[in-house]
Amino acid sequence: MFITQVSVFIENDPGRLSEITGVLARENIDIRALSIADTSDFGILRLIVNEPDKAITVLQGAGITARKTPVIAVRLKDSPGGLHAVLSLLSNVEYVYAFVSRGENDAYVVIRCENSEKAVEILKNNDVKLLTDAEIFE
Amino acid sequence: MSSGYWNQKAETCSPDERRALQSERLVKTVSHAYNNQKLYRERMDKSGVLPGDIKSTDDLHKLPFVYKTDLRDTYPYGMFAVPMEQIVRVHATSGTTGKPTVIGYTRGDIETWNECMARSLRMGGVTSSDIIHVSYGYGLFTGGLGAHYGCELLGAAVIPVSTGNTSRQLQILEDFNPTVIMCTPSYACLLAENVQKEKIKHSLRAGFFGAEAWTENMRRFIEEQLGIVALDIFGLAEVCGPGVANECECKNGLHIQEDHFYPEIIDPNTGAVLPEGERGELVFSCITKEALPLLRYRTRDLCSLIKGKCSCGRTTIRMEKPAGRSDDMLIIRGVNVFPSQVESVLMKYNDLAPHYLLVVDRVNNTDTLEIQVEMSDTLFSDEVRKIEKVERGIRGDIESTLGLSVKVKLVTPQTIARSEGKAKRVLDKRVIL
Repeated sequence: MFITQVSVFIENDPGRLSEITGVLARENIDIRALSIADTSDFGILRLIVNEPDKAITVLQGAGITARKTPVIAVRLKDSPGGLHAVLSLLSNVEYVYAFVSRGENDAYVVIRCENSEKAVEILKNNDVKLLTDAEIFE
Repeated sequence: MSSGYWNQKAETCSPDERRALQSERLVKTVSHAYNNQKLYRERMDKSGVLPGDIKSTDDLHKLPFVYKTDLRDTYPYGMFAVPMEQIVRVHATSGTTGKPTVIGYTRGDIETWNECMARSLRMGGVTSSDIIHVSYGYGLFTGGLGAHYGCELLGAAVIPVSTGNTSRQLQILEDFNPTVIMCTPSYACLLAENVQKEKIKHSLRAGFFGAEAWTENMRRFIEEQLGIVALDIFGLAEVCGPGVANECECKNGLHIQEDHFYPEIIDPNTGAVLPEGERGELVFSCITKEALPLLRYRTRDLCSLIKGKCSCGRTTIRMEKPAGRSDDMLIIRGVNVFPSQVESVLMKYNDLAPHYLLVVDRVNNTDTLEIQVEMSDTLFSDEVRKIEKVERGIRGDIESTLGLSVKVKLVTPQTIARSEGKAKRVLDKRVIL
């Protein structure tokens, strides 16, 4: 019950981000969601794309450090308290980011937990809708 | 595996027998230098030493030192002790720290050099059946031609590839089936990486790597990646070139060709000869050189000497693998730092590429040291704190080795410049006003 996130190392240096987006654009890879964590030295770009395997291959081919990370994606109600209802179930959340859903009243959120297996179990038990790669790109 | 000795007598004779030969050669060379090298005669006169005072190697400590700056001050030919008609070849050092130093060789000097190279190669089991890929630079640098003619004397097939054009080097490795390679250790790492990446099939079984200080960890990396035996070859142009000393297959110190190059270890600050086994500055006296008979030449290399018979059967004195040349030494906030110390820490992390850059700067009158290391696929994580933990781990290791606070910066893979000759490990941006 995970979706595939592409995690990319970015040195904090002018032009590095556009170098990465350039590679993805040339290969016609569709980015559905992204988030960047940054420190003064480096950043980590996290992407949800339509073809994660291809994205990894082309990025590595361009000398960029990238790897696949399994993350949880949930669909929740796009209304006040919607995100809180899900996050209050979990402990040890590493990071969270949202992306635009193509549905009417829903929001999609990516959640990375320290213990992902356990998090999935808890979410399932609480009837939270977990998304698959296919559902995100349908 | 050992194929014997190139020169059994010279390499395995008793210490007493060798000492007698060294003393005889020293006495001859002292008078040659005194009579034909103006600078050294003046220096001996100033020290109150006459050639007659030197009767054996026991008297060597009475002689004054010779420095690299002496060669610069007498640039280009001022230290040559024979007329130009007897010189058959000239080499020069790169001159990165000033004017180049120029070295001349008579026919006899070249023969000695080739002999020492052949002895070195045989130490690593090389025979006339081997094919040797030489990717030291051919030219003014002593590496290429020095290695080349030693290989020829040994009777091996030598491929004079020289430096550069890594893809062609890889093609030669794959197509020409060399069994032995000679290059700088940093270039060996680059070749090893590419051999792995491009799945190059090669026949190499041994390599002789020198012209830079390198560590045991780097040796392990090269040996594992290329599946070869990696031996250290040592030399310096002022004394001769590569082949002054070399490791045998026991890898327990480098055998010095001490019937030609007499070593001493001194305290670099006081100049006093240090007791046996202590580490200090290596000093060489070239006791058979005709063109440039340097006596008590300060190499700036730091190491210790090992006496006694090696398990390979050789009785020649060995030098510990040098920790670095004091020319490479950086002084950062008053602390002596050798790039090789940083390297030995980095090589403990199997996942790191053996490429790094030390960036030294001065911010608000304080020296700063940043160590750039390439990120690798296995060290990378999607979580900031895990990467920061890796950085902190490396930083902690380096700080405890150097005794100096540093900054570690993980950079994009393949962005630290690869070198085809001597690696450039330091970028010193300090401007002293």
